[in-house]
Amino acid sequence: MMQHLPVLQVLLPLLGAPLAALLRGRDMAWGLALLLTGAAFLISAVLFSLQYQADGPLIYDLGGWPAPLGIVYVIDAASALVLPVVSGLAFVATIAARRLVEAEIDARDHALFYAAWLLTIAGMLGQVTTGDAFNIFVFLEISSLSAYALVAMGAGRDRRALPAAFNYLILGTVGATFYVIGLGLLYMLTGTLNLMDLSERLAEVESARAAFTALAFIALGLFLKMALFPLHFWLVPAYAYAPSAVSALMAATATKVSVYVLIRLMFGVFGVEFNGLADAIGLLILTLGIAGAFAGTLAAILETDLKKLFAQSSIAQLGYMAIGIGAMSLTGLAAAFIHLFNHALMKGALFLAIGAIAAQVGRASMQSIEGAGRQIPITMTAILVGGLALIGVPLTAGFISKVYLVRALLEQNFWLLAGLTFISSALALAYVWKIIEAAWLKERPAGAPVLLETPAHYVPAWLMVLATIGFGIFAGPLVDAAYAAAAVFIGEGR
Amino acid sequence: MGVDMLIIALLGLPLLASALVLLLHDRPNLRDGQALLIGLVTAACAIQLYGTPNGETVTLLSLAAGLDISFTPEPLGKLFALVAGVLWPVATLYTIGYMRGAGEKNHTRFMFFYAIAIHAAMGIALSGNLLTLFVFYEILTFSTYPLVTHKGTAEAMQAGRVYLGILVASSVVFLLFGILSVWVLTGTLDFESGGILAGHIDPFYVPFLLGLFAFGIGKAALMPLHRWLPAAMVAPTPVSALLHAVAVVKAGVFTVLKVAVYIFGIDFLRETGSSDWLVWVASFSILAASVVAMSKTNLKARLAYSTVSQLGYIVLGAALATSLAASGAAMHIAAHAAGKITLFFCAGAIYVAHHLTDIKDMNGLGRVMPVTYTAFAFGALSIIGVPPLAGAWSKVMLMGGALDNGHMLVLGVLMVSSLLNLVYLGEIVLRGFFAKPTHGLKSQAVQEAPLYMLLPLCLTALMSVVLFFAVDMFILDFGG
Repeated sequence: MMQHLPVLQVLLPLLGAPLAALLRGRDMAWGLALLLTGAAFLISAVLFSLQYQADGPLIYDLGGWPAPLGIVYVIDAASALVLPVVSGLAFVATIAARRLVEAEIDARDHALFYAAWLLTIAGMLGQVTTGDAFNIFVFLEISSLSAYALVAMGAGRDRRALPAAFNYLILGTVGATFYVIGLGLLYMLTGTLNLMDLSERLAEVESARAAFTALAFIALGLFLKMALFPLHFWLVPAYAYAPSAVSALMAATATKVSVYVLIRLMFGVFGVEFNGLADAIGLLILTLGIAGAFAGTLAAILETDLKKLFAQSSIAQLGYMAIGIGAMSLTGLAAAFIHLFNHALMKGALFLAIGAIAAQVGRASMQSIEGAGRQIPITMTAILVGGLALIGVPLTAGFISKVYLVRALLEQNFWLLAGLTFISSALALAYVWKIIEAAWLKERPAGAPVLLETPAHYVPAWLMVLATIGFGIFAGPLVDAAYAAAAVFIGEGR
Repeated sequence: MGVDMLIIALLGLPLLASALVLLLHDRPNLRDGQALLIGLVTAACAIQLYGTPNGETVTLLSLAAGLDISFTPEPLGKLFALVAGVLWPVATLYTIGYMRGAGEKNHTRFMFFYAIAIHAAMGIALSGNLLTLFVFYEILTFSTYPLVTHKGTAEAMQAGRVYLGILVASSVVFLLFGILSVWVLTGTLDFESGGILAGHIDPFYVPFLLGLFAFGIGKAALMPLHRWLPAAMVAPTPVSALLHAVAVVKAGVFTVLKVAVYIFGIDFLRETGSSDWLVWVASFSILAASVVAMSKTNLKARLAYSTVSQLGYIVLGAALATSLAASGAAMHIAAHAAGKITLFFCAGAIYVAHHLTDIKDMNGLGRVMPVTYTAFAFGALSIIGVPPLAGAWSKVMLMGGALDNGHMLVLGVLMVSSLLNLVYLGEIVLRGFFAKPTHGLKSQAVQEAPLYMLLPLCLTALMSVVLFFAVDMFILDFGG
């Protein structure tokens, strides 16, 4: 039984999806989704500890066919770290989804909603687990196609969800196509799609130019999927007009998985030493990362819709992850993993809390939360803590992220870049404080709708808030795990 | 009590007080009484810690490898803990009187964040490494924000924005940058006597690193990062006392001094000449702020700029990088705290008793409030540097340090500054006692502020005298 866990955690939500579509009756589909995401979370936690105890990666041959003939699922230090992020956030978002979906989506569509919900989660878990490059593409499409549908379901409240989903679909498809073109080139060069096999054979390939072209296609496709500046325009409307539960799930996990896949291919397949990869692509990613950090932060400062504001902030935060990757060093990659983990917690907290407001007022604008600090203090405190973590205030997870990110830059002597990173993180204060002032220092306008909070509103967000604080204070295990994950791809020396 | 128990007590007692404030929110007398009582115990602990020899490091928890929250009492930190610990109960007594006398709202919230701020100040004072210092530095910023914006008016909100904007931005952009640079360069964040940087950094870059700290520590209010301090004077007067004397700016200059002494090392700074530029920036800050203070007629604004100028002395002491100058700077932390808290207490007393804020309206007020004005004169004279008051010593020591280091021009700066102090602080005292009374004050009988306020300001005025005679206790030896 234990040895089947790697595949089981992908299979459970995947097979649960059609079942959820068939279920009728109040909350049945939701109950199934909760059960399956909970199981997936449990399995990924078990896998994490198994991997931690084991010497090397845990490898599962699908159907008993060994690699490179069959598809393998690989649980190494990197995937073992990212899996609990995806499944854990999926679980908490599912807890919150019950109330959010009830408020925002037509009752007839609930079963279909949860079917798509489970599919997108299965797709993300599959991308993280699989050791096969084409299998990644398959799971990428599974998660993306269902995500387009989920975003479009926001149309019941706001018709703008439709163009947002359509945009997302077009650009997402372009990204996936780029990825698969690059993959085709690689297959042509090496005759294999198994990731480990690829990396071995690629070292012997003579035509460096073809391999480089393949990398360019793959990287570009993944830049689009992870919303790296300037390929991020699909993200903001998609997050803003999607149903609140979907915003929370996607903001916390979707782009992270693409970041992970990028690391897996760039470092795991091509390797840092590949043909000046470190210099050329590293510099490109650093530049786009810091540009994204500023573009996202500045746009967030000007934004008045809370979901859009935090979606813009996600662009900035993805920029930080990119900076970690672009440093092309052990600490840099570890910083990217740390931030991938921590940002999932913070944004999960923020979008769940904002979802609780949006489900009541329709559109969570700056105006709708004026004076809300006294009406719904518990929810607003969640937003306060999440916001402070985004700035990188000590004793929150965001501080740990920033410390290791800057450490990585300083180790490589990128002093200017370190300075710019600090400046952009300080600017985050402006958009976070806008919210704090509106909520606590302004009076609730007369005639504004009365906001409610019950445990169902704030418990999911607070789970994430507590994790944000917990991983900010006891960060040791996470830092160790992130360094172990980085060491999968990059030697001690860099 | 052992040293580690004292450390835990100093950190824990203010937290206990803040928790009790929340618990007792509907019983005002009990709520305020326990804060006062715990304040007195804290003061006792701070005094006892000051007298005990330096102890071992106490590590509370570890965020990650190399990132510990730990506390190490050393002379400088014990001095700051003493200042904050002793002034807290005095300020609490005054706060109780002021908040009731001036009819402010939300006492519970106010008392809660006040206690948290003291907790943060203690954490800064006793911090054993830069990370711990940074954590408590930020706690201090965020816990004082609700105090600065306490009135909730548009003006208070704007002040809060300036306050938070400058303090947080400078700390996360420059200070954290400096801290992480030290970490990457030396592999440690611990404060060690003699400093840790020597041998780990090309001397060419030392001035830049020092700049990251000098301008990253916005609470030291070095020009041009001083704007938050005058802006914050919209807050009730007890907050001004907290900002200017007990905790906030003192935490700032203390941090500058601590970093100069225990991270850079004053010998290393002097030998490389890395802090020479800071001598001139601090001198400019001293003089420019004094000139601005003269142009202000709002009493609290004038006192605020006076603080900016006085903080320059302490930064100057660190920048002069001699043992004598650093001791003078440390002494000035205590001397200025006692002097300035008296001045602000008086300003608050004047406001509560007569609702006056402008110096021009205070002609003849000294005859109506003789006790307050006498105390004010004590505080003013101490800050000007007249013996037998505490400020005299620190100025003498700073001058000695400047001589040691061959900075003759600095002597001139200190003298001119004393004259300017005399002009802008003396004016207030002279108007109070000798000027022809303004219209409303002509036939006024003696009317002082409530006893709750009068007692603290007499106590702090007295402290300036005590400090002068007890100076032996406050001369710290930094070697070099």
